[in-house]
Parts: sequence; structure tokens; C-alpha cells
Amino acid sequence: MKRLQLPLSKEVIRSLKAGEQYYLCGVVYTARDAAHKRLQELYDAKKPLPITVEGQTIYYVGPSQTAPGKIYGSAGPTTSTRMDAYMDMMCDLKMQACIGKGKRSEHVKELFREKEVIYFVTIGGLGALLQNCVRQVEEVAFEDLGAEKISRLTIEDFPVFVGYDVYGGDIYDSGK
Amino acid sequence: MRELSVLQVQSAVKSLFTEICFRYPDDVKKQLEESMKKETGRAQSVLSLLLENEQCAKENRIPLCQDTGLAVVFIKIGQEVHFTDGLLEEAIHQGVREAYQQAYLRYSCVNDPLFERINTNDNTPAMIHYEIVGGNQVEIQVMAKGFGSENTSGVRMLKPAQGVNGVKEFVLDVVRQAGPNACPPMTVGVGIGGTMDVAAWLAKKALIRTNKQQDPRYATLEKELREELNTLNIGPAGLGGKTTALDVHVEYAPTHIAGLPCAVNINCHANRKGSVIL
Repeated sequence: MKRLQLPLSKEVIRSLKAGEQYYLCGVVYTARDAAHKRLQELYDAKKPLPITVEGQTIYYVGPSQTAPGKIYGSAGPTTSTRMDAYMDMMCDLKMQACIGKGKRSEHVKELFREKEVIYFVTIGGLGALLQNCVRQVEEVAFEDLGAEKISRLTIEDFPVFVGYDVYGGDIYDSGK
Repeated sequence: MRELSVLQVQSAVKSLFTEICFRYPDDVKKQLEESMKKETGRAQSVLSLLLENEQCAKENRIPLCQDTGLAVVFIKIGQEVHFTDGLLEEAIHQGVREAYQQAYLRYSCVNDPLFERINTNDNTPAMIHYEIVGGNQVEIQVMAKGFGSENTSGVRMLKPAQGVNGVKEFVLDVVRQAGPNACPPMTVGVGIGGTMDVAAWLAKKALIRTNKQQDPRYATLEKELREELNTLNIGPAGLGGKTTALDVHVEYAPTHIAGLPCAVNINCHANRKGSVIL
């Protein structure tokens, strides 16, 4: 089992190849449609953001509710392409990697290659298994968004594939 | 006339949603297990993870997927039934509300689609389809409909001359476009005929169907579509493989002399559904 510790070094980022499977350990921030929209509004207004995006990994997830006695709810990936509209901003803020499911736009694919951003994919519908990889949860911002708020998750052995590598490699083209 | 309390409907709706978010329906489980035998390598490991996910969901009482969907309810009401103790529609919403609150499912419903998009915070309203039928029973069928797959669905108003090939091309096109976003291996519901809205309704009914196709021509169409879809190499999680569609269900209705409406509604591998007769 090959583990990757987050944040990734430049060297590690450049060694990753589309299609490879890894287990991620470390910190990720959750954000999906509504959180990205708010970040974009703050960014456009040149106001401070509630998280430092630089060097971080964003996980596209909106969990189910946390039941009593549990750490987190069901937590599988959502469709990444809905976040494509915000990637110019996220790359400008120097996001290191993101985790979701499905193909991205050609623009985002090219942007990620140019900025050396890694796109990890995981399996849609794997919510129960993936919440088992969450060790710690801290609420960070936009509490009023419910499932769409930003949380800081510490994850362990979280299964992913390299979706896009920094050489233009794409799991959905070549990995088959 | 048979009197039936809407509280019975409410409690049935609640138990159905509470149950279907934590396990695969029996037919889906069987299809996933059978697909495992046909696949190798990455496709097989994805299927094995999906089955492991169900085990984990059951053991730890965690929903299979974080997207516990919009609550879709089909209710067939025998016309000899008289509902008592309140409004039927409110009882259905209340059943949904209690299930999503008490089973800690996700509230995925916003009040207005275009402007405020404020979460209703109890996953209501349910999307309800009523049918009045003969008899004195009430049949309730529910789906927890996730939007990764719903967003990939589509309707096309084909020309009658396009016939079977036109239908096939459209279904293949929708599934090709859906790709990994629909969380394959998917169940594909196809509605043919009626008006535009009826075709869409038939496609959703097709997803929830559990019995076999009775008409041999449509049964052949379903089989051929399944085979053709499974040559697309989308595969489990869209990472390649022979299993793109677990099943294809086609429902049909009479239509206009000038038309061939065709709707395709896609569901993810879990196809969470359940039913009960009261």
C-alpha cells in the first residue's frame, strides 16, 4: 500500500502519474459549490478569506449529518466539474491538490498542468468507507451552509487515484 | 370504501427512506456481485470497494453515500380508499422530514432553484407522483435520488422516422456524456412516448421498476441497450471496464402521430429504492 503524506513536496507532485493508486494521510479542507461561490465573492471583493488555500488540498464533499457518537457523516466525493468555474481563483491562491470525481473542463486540465496542481479522484458512492478514514474534524467557515460548510479534516489511508498528473496525463483517457 | 389513516402513509414513507439509504436493494446487490465475476484488475477492485462500502454502511449505520438525494415518492392510490386524519401530501412530507432528521441523512433540498437557494433543512418537499388506480390498496414506491446521476439525464424529442436506432443513439449519447459523474455502474431508465413530461416521468418509473419487461420487443431493446452500453468502456467509477450499466429498463406510452419523445434518467450504482403496499 503506497501512502502519500499531505502537503505534498514539489518532488512528489512531479513523480505522480495518472492512474496510480495511493492512500492519502494528512489535512484536507472540504468545499463544494456554495463554499467556492463565497470564496470567489470574497476574492473578487479583495476581502480576507477564512482559509489559507496555498499549499492545501481541497476535498469536494458535502457530508451527511454526523450522527451521535460518530466523528463525521457519510463522505464520498461530489462531481468536480461543477467547481471548474472557480479554478482560476483557486490556482491563483496556489491550491496544491483537489479531490473529487469525474472529468474536468479542458481549461481546468490545462490550468492544473501549467500550475502543477494534482487532481485526485476517488470513487463516487463510497461515502461510508471514506468517512472511516476521517480521524479529526474541525469546523472552519460558513457554518450556515450546513453540509456545504468548510471543515478541516485529518484523514488517514484515504484511497485515491491520481486523476490528472502535471504532465497532462488523465486517468479517464489513458488509465483504461 | 376503505378508510386509511394518512399517519400510516407517513410512517411507511419514513421507514422506507430510513431503510434504503443504508443498503443496496436486493436486485442491485446481486447485479454488483455478478459483475465482479466478469471484471478483472481496477474494475474488479472498484466493485469490491462498493460492496465493502455497503458492509461498512450496515455495520456502522452510516449512509451508503453522503448524497441521500431528493426524496422521490410514487404513490398509487386505489380509488376505493378514503384517507383520514389529515392531508395525504403533508403526511408524505412529514414522513420524509422525520426520516431525514432521525436517520441523520443529508438535507439536500433548496427552496428556490435559481435565486436564494436556501436549504429547507429537512429535505422537504418530496417530489411526489400520484396515480389513481382501481381497488382499495395504496402502493408507495420511493427513491433517494442523488444528483450526480440526475444531472446527467436528458430528454430528446426524436422524429418517428428515427425509430429504434434513434432511441439507441440517444441513450448511448446520454450515457457517454454521463461517464464517471453518474457513479457507474448505473441503472438506466428510458421513457419512450407520451408528451415530453410523460416521457420523463416514464424514465423515472423505469428506474424504480423491479419486475421484468413484459413486452418481448421492449425486452429485446433493453437487452441490446445493456450490451451496447457495456462496450463503452466507462466501467465502475468511470475508470474503465465491462460494467457500465447494471441494467436498462424501458417504459413506454402512446404518443402523437408526429412524435417520438425519449427521456433517459440515470441512477448511480446504488439505485436506492423501496416499496410497500398498504
